[in-house]
Amino acid sequence: MHEYSIVEALISRVAEEAAARGASGVSRLYVKIGALSGVEPELLAAAYETFRERTVCAGAELKIERVEERWACPQCGRTVVRAGALRCPECGRPGRLVEGDEIVLERIEMEVP
Amino acid sequence: MCLECGCGDPEIVAVDVHEKILAGNERAAAHNREHFAANGILAINLMGSPGSGKTALLEATAARLGREFRLGAVSGDLATERDAERLRAAGIPARSITTGNACHLDAAMVHRALHDFSADRLDILAIENVGNLVCPAVYDLGQHVSVVALSVTEGEDKPLKYPVMFLKADLVLLTKVDLLPHLKGVSVAGFADALGRVMPAPKMIAVSAYHGDGLDEWIGWLRERLALRAGKHPGAHARTHGRFA
Repeated sequence: MHEYSIVEALISRVAEEAAARGASGVSRLYVKIGALSGVEPELLAAAYETFRERTVCAGAELKIERVEERWACPQCGRTVVRAGALRCPECGRPGRLVEGDEIVLERIEMEVP
Repeated sequence: MCLECGCGDPEIVAVDVHEKILAGNERAAAHNREHFAANGILAINLMGSPGSGKTALLEATAARLGREFRLGAVSGDLATERDAERLRAAGIPARSITTGNACHLDAAMVHRALHDFSADRLDILAIENVGNLVCPAVYDLGQHVSVVALSVTEGEDKPLKYPVMFLKADLVLLTKVDLLPHLKGVSVAGFADALGRVMPAPKMIAVSAYHGDGLDEWIGWLRERLALRAGKHPGAHARTHGRFA
């Protein structure tokens, strides 16, 4: 359950940003979680519910956007589908994960008096 | 303040961050890399399920290496010093990192261990992660290579069930191959096929720590990786040190 340590890092990053801007509260967080990031959105949401009490995020809704995995050939750019071997169907080069491994804090909505 | 009517409600401000949530860990990992570079060390993040044979593999590696390289280890465990004790008994300078309830090592834990470790005289540092096929894959420790130990008794479907652990691995060591004759319908080819579906450039070596199969190939792989990292790069380490002490 590393989702707890991710939530810890998330809340401390938000606290830093809120303090820097003199925010009185945080109303919403937007994060992106890739399908191949190793983080389960449901577990992350559950961990967030547990940890946000008595933090700057106590009243902040967590919006999680899930990003599907996408592979492509690094040479010719063709889409590689993860079904058989992870290789370009055209030139045979190993595919590259273009997106789907992100664990990213995109945006914070905060209340500034 | 609300500018429309002066009612005193706070204004909602959207701040774009676009930053990795684990950016702090990545900075600590980059600092560890400087430690390793300053000392000319090849660092390996050795991951795998509990009981996949990570410690046995290091014991067998040390025995086979002889004096060719100096191998050291830090070993992560939820509780007990057992792995580090086993490694020291095998002649490997080793420290343990007891993680308590944490299911993985992070870069700061490794950094603390590096400091009470005379890592300056090593060629290879193996970071034996907590036994777990999920969480360790998420945390960069500053390693140069990621190696996953997968034992034949775990079954051929593990790479497909835990793709995140395997897709960024540089090497998979298929361990306990001496047990294959006892496992019905399980083969090296079956594991190779599964890895090919989750690793873009699959690389697997079948080993037996017990009988010694594959150890020469594994050590050859290490030798190549060390050659790539030959030469020390002093200086970089001191620059960022204060931030992670």
